[in-house]
Amino acid sequence: MTDRKLSYAGAFNEAVRQAMEADGNVFAAGEDIGAFGGVFGTYAGLQATFGVDRVVDTPISEQAIVGLGIGAAVTGLRPIVDLMFMDFVCVAMDQIVNQAAKLKYMFGGSATLPLTITTAAGAGLSAAAQHSQSLEALLCHIPGLKVVYPSNPYDMKGLMTACIREDNPTVMIKHKRLLGMNGIVPEENYEIALGAAHIARSGKDVTVIAYGRMLNESLTAAKTLAADGIECEVVDLRTLQPLDTASIVASVKRTNHVVVVHEAVRFGGLGAEIAAQIQEEAFDYLDAPVMRVAAPFSPVPFSPALEQHYVPDALSIATGIRAVLERSPVGR
Amino acid sequence: MAEAPPLRFRVPEPLARPGEQPDFSYVQISDPGAVQRPDVAAASAELRDLSYSLICVLGDDGVAVGQWAPEIRAEALIVGLRAMMTTRAYDARMLRAQRQGKTSFYIASTGEEAIAVGQALELGQRDMFFPTYRQQGWLVARGWPLVQMMCQVFSNEQDRLRGRQMPIMYSAKDVGFFSISGNLGTQYIQAVGWAMASAIKGDTAIASGVVGEGATAEADFHHALTFASTYDAPVILNVVNNQWAISSFQGIAGGEGPSFAARAIGYGIPGLRVDGNDYLAVVAATRWAAERARSNHGPTVIEWVTYRAAAHSTSDDPSKYRPKDEWKSWPLGDPIDRLQRHLIASGAWSHEQHADLHADIERLVLEAAKEAESYGTLLDGRVASSKSIFDDVFEVMPPHLRRQQRELEG
Ligand SMILES: Cc1ncc(C[n+]2csc(CCOP(=O)(O)OP(=O)(O)O)c2C)c(N)n1
Repeated sequence: MTDRKLSYAGAFNEAVRQAMEADGNVFAAGEDIGAFGGVFGTYAGLQATFGVDRVVDTPISEQAIVGLGIGAAVTGLRPIVDLMFMDFVCVAMDQIVNQAAKLKYMFGGSATLPLTITTAAGAGLSAAAQHSQSLEALLCHIPGLKVVYPSNPYDMKGLMTACIREDNPTVMIKHKRLLGMNGIVPEENYEIALGAAHIARSGKDVTVIAYGRMLNESLTAAKTLAADGIECEVVDLRTLQPLDTASIVASVKRTNHVVVVHEAVRFGGLGAEIAAQIQEEAFDYLDAPVMRVAAPFSPVPFSPALEQHYVPDALSIATGIRAVLERSPVGR
Repeated sequence: MAEAPPLRFRVPEPLARPGEQPDFSYVQISDPGAVQRPDVAAASAELRDLSYSLICVLGDDGVAVGQWAPEIRAEALIVGLRAMMTTRAYDARMLRAQRQGKTSFYIASTGEEAIAVGQALELGQRDMFFPTYRQQGWLVARGWPLVQMMCQVFSNEQDRLRGRQMPIMYSAKDVGFFSISGNLGTQYIQAVGWAMASAIKGDTAIASGVVGEGATAEADFHHALTFASTYDAPVILNVVNNQWAISSFQGIAGGEGPSFAARAIGYGIPGLRVDGNDYLAVVAATRWAAERARSNHGPTVIEWVTYRAAAHSTSDDPSKYRPKDEWKSWPLGDPIDRLQRHLIASGAWSHEQHADLHADIERLVLEAAKEAESYGTLLDGRVASSKSIFDDVFEVMPPHLRRQQRELEG
């Protein structure tokens, strides 16, 4: 057992490397992932080890990249296809939504698609409207896809391993601002089950539900509030589809207060779905309405000065948490 | 029957990687003046050879030769030279500003200035250009104020787009420059739509769209050619083949097969393959394609053969994937040097004038940078108000956005 520090990007890379070593059916394809190792370095060094036909540089065509993955996956291979930025998911939407997600259903169950789509999402790098989006809600809306969004290096490795081994099409979303985050990551291979949330911090006063980079911001907010005696339970969703409603509801029943946090725009975001499920399954346990902390309803602006107002952070999350508790008749 | 062999697929590899000698032996070059210039009304089926040869006007001696040598006055060429040199100086200044933290991102067009500048000066004032992020030369050539460009790069108080758009993704309706898209290729079919609209209105303005050779893999490229050919739309469809798409050499976009110009043949569109570093060839080919479009003979695809001398962007590190100083071996040279040589050979220009012009441009660019910086840069945070986040999301701001705007103001 060796635990050493690895970055979020490094953990992703190691999951892919170990999967490719263990299983000759795994191969990767995407723009600039070969000699260059991907524009974010997440595929670094893999082509040198596994060759140009297992880590394949592709032409610039996102729908073709996903379509290629689908064609290969139905033969039993386990393709990992990369879409450089999550914004480019839109270019490949037909292949993802109308093909990958539905083929098993439309083939009467006889097609299996062990396809992993990897992509990089999120704001905070001054990359503006077309290179900063958080579009996970679009994907979670589609029956047939699994959507995974790790918040730290340890989870990244375990979840990416699970994605590659998964027999359904999965979308692995990496947050660009987390790529350099370091954490303890075991060297040996391990898997974190898809569809299970994780209690990242226990507390009795309020449940904070988040994922990806916002999970870390929520933990920071929880730490600050602890100084004021507010104990937050922070739930890391890890997998967005299928959503672990049971864990969410169990936590809500313990704390009676909820804040959902995401970087995507609030309107029609995952928070809306989570709030609806909570009121369906735990309405009687709520002491205050479910609060959502999310981005305003506009494209992501370029300028760091504007972007900083746009993206939720520990401060706005803490404000949201206080607001929920103030709203509550029992307080805390 | 013999047993079938196991199947293989081929992944194209560049001829030279880091540490190796640059090798451009794959670039097919024709002698200057060797290619015939057909009538603009010629049927596309008669023009196939133009997709495989290279239209080139300027010889090594700087003399313009052959049927493609355009009729153009020396003064007009000097305007082009000045715009190319200004673009290069502008790029250098902005790269420096990026290193100093005054902006966070920049894309230079070094080595391929002739294409945007030549098109800007050859096309009409009412024509519309659908650029990529490497066509800033158009704005410079059309005399759009450098200070305005820089204010967007610095995302400062005077930024017309109020901090919302990427530094280099300009738009300028007044000089026929459509907004640049960060997502590749979208502008190509939009150019066709614009050209068709011009025809619907009975207007005389044409459109010119640009993609890089890498982005020809996007469906938008094929959509644009299909529609342009179906409707004989009055449009010029440019492919800037600068050999690299970030880390992917042009073979990854299929460039080892037929030329990018030859993609047009299957669509029944003429495809010209042109020396993009030869300013006179740029003028001549643009003129030919524009005349063809204006006289209702339909679209033209032009592949400009050039080289991306700069890194892809300030986020890129070319030493990871191509030989250092590969550009020095590029067989088609530097567009500024070549035009300078031509002007000197024809007696219209001198080394002294060139040196004076260079100094003049350096001074103007520096002055513009000083002025733009006086309105703020990313370093001092003098930017548009954060309220502007909600402007222009919709034509008229709906109530729920007005509410969010008030909340943000606190
Ligand atoms: C839809 C989409 N896919 C991928 C990218 C990422 N990307 C940006 S520029 C680029 C290379 C483009 O190369 P090319 O079209 O040859 O133009 P050049 O940069 O060489 O001028 C890539 C892959 C993008 N911006 N948009």
